Amino acid sequence: MDFVRWGLNPWGQNILEHVSWTLFWASLFAGLMFLVAHGSYMLLSAHRKRPEAETDRLEAAHANLPQKIQRHSGAARAFHWVMAAAMFVLLFTAFLPVVGVKFAWVKWHWIAGLVLIGSIVFHILHASFWLDFWSIWVGPKDIPEFKAEIMRELGHDMPGPKSGKYPLGNRLYHLAIVFAGLGAAISGLLMMSRIRTPIFSRNPYLFGDAAWGFTYVLHGVAGVGLVGLVIAHVYFAVRPEKWWITKSMIFGMITRRQYLEHHEPDRWRVAANQPSSRT
Amino acid sequence: MAVIHDVMPAFELFQPASISDAVTLLNRYGSDAWVMAGGMDSFDWLKDRIKRPSVVVDLSQVQGIRGIKEQNGGLEIGAATTLTEIATSVTVRDRFGLLAEAAGLVASPQIRNQGTIGGNVSQDTRCWYYRSGWSCYRAGGNICYADTPTAINREHAILDADRCVAVNPSDTAPALVALDAQMVIVSSRGERLVNAEDYFIGPGTDITRMTVLAPGELLTAIRIPATWGGAQFYFEKARDRNVWDFPLLNVAAAARYSGQAFESIRVVVNAAAARPLRLHAVEAAVVGKPRNDQTADLAGQIAIQGAQPLRYNGYKIPLMRNLVKRAIRGDRGGSWTS
Repeated sequence: MDFVRWGLNPWGQNILEHVSWTLFWASLFAGLMFLVAHGSYMLLSAHRKRPEAETDRLEAAHANLPQKIQRHSGAARAFHWVMAAAMFVLLFTAFLPVVGVKFAWVKWHWIAGLVLIGSIVFHILHASFWLDFWSIWVGPKDIPEFKAEIMRELGHDMPGPKSGKYPLGNRLYHLAIVFAGLGAAISGLLMMSRIRTPIFSRNPYLFGDAAWGFTYVLHGVAGVGLVGLVIAHVYFAVRPEKWWITKSMIFGMITRRQYLEHHEPDRWRVAANQPSSRT
Repeated sequence: MAVIHDVMPAFELFQPASISDAVTLLNRYGSDAWVMAGGMDSFDWLKDRIKRPSVVVDLSQVQGIRGIKEQNGGLEIGAATTLTEIATSVTVRDRFGLLAEAAGLVASPQIRNQGTIGGNVSQDTRCWYYRSGWSCYRAGGNICYADTPTAINREHAILDADRCVAVNPSDTAPALVALDAQMVIVSSRGERLVNAEDYFIGPGTDITRMTVLAPGELLTAIRIPATWGGAQFYFEKARDRNVWDFPLLNVAAAARYSGQAFESIRVVVNAAAARPLRLHAVEAAVVGKPRNDQTADLAGQIAIQGAQPLRYNGYKIPLMRNLVKRAIRGDRGGSWTS
């Protein structure tokens, strides 16, 4: 199985062209297999939920918190859905032709790419100045939570720490999407210099063959990676036990009980009687 | 020992005797199979060793895909009918002179004797960067060597380029689009009809193909409806030399009149893009207008809207404008053929 495609330039040199579409099928297969495996595990395993009584106690202890707590501001939700729409357009325009659905896809692809890049820039600025920038990242501090999560998934009762604003899975996913998304976005922006757009002057000689080959491969690897990541994301978004998170991305709010059940008040501080947005 | 350029790489040759046998072979070998009709395009590729199919399916012995017959007031032309047979057919000349004239202007007499209508409409582009075997976009790579600041691109596209700037070199293709022909495509899944206008595809849709023909599919016939039979036709081909040459541009038009005004018209240019371009805006602009200089000027201006020249093909823009003007005006002695 070839992972990349090689070609021949006018000087008779072998040049890297792009990833083999075999990788697309591999990513699609991996994404679907993960979905099947996780779904089966959740059906058959001794997956543990935290005891109801524990949440009851917490709710009694935090009665001063508002009934509804803001999890995502309007700007954050707008970013998320604009980015999601752009991502779907990008993936469908990129891969439908690969699976045999032929249409003029390039213009839609780069337009969606620019929308995605615009939304990423907005997100970076918004997260840097209006949100708690570090709340989404993972680091050594999360190791106890990671251990506790794994043990709970394996059916053990673990009192271990809950997450801050974002569950560990969310943060790990965000990390993966940052690498794949930025890889696709930056390489895609460079690749726009090879096509005709009203935005850039065409300059196919911006790089040499080797650098272009690397750019195309990076774009391809990031693209096929995003296929698997998006499948996983959509899967978790529609899973019943995660639906409260999905709803919060639509309506912005979660209940006090959900906040106390899933989050560590010390790691995601919500002021009493006022919604939290700067976290 | 040096490789002799003209020795073709080895392949397995099949010469099926029926359409079903041919389709069975194409289905069996898929993208490994190369379909050869007259061989005019195929032998270039094979002798240059740029295309190296493992299987060649030669259609020369297939029964039922050659000849011209009348059908529902129109014509059905077998895909393996030679260009000479079409150019000299009384039936074609009488009612669809546009196609006869286009076929008669293809290449040279020898090539027209051997080349087929199916091959002429399905041939690959002549872009020499692509045909030299470099891995450009059309060959599956990631660059168009013809669209670089130093490229020699005199014959390339001025319209609808999308990464690749190669053009469709067929003379009969624009005539068939103008005549609203249908292509009969057979595969293991059965028969499907595709309008000639949709048969050709640009690089935006599929950068590695010129037509909708997919591996396993075979063009068996071309049906020309009665719609434009006996209409007035115009065909003009601009080329560097008067014989044995591909078009720099060509234009095909079919029109009907109501009094002095255009009642309906179809205008198609080729070699301006990777597929024959039907000029819908021109057609809409001239319907209802008289055939005169003013209408022709308007049509010429509309035709070139959106044209983008490359370094060496800027001449194609005034050429296209003038060809369309001449088509609307009915130049070449001032009369259309019918």
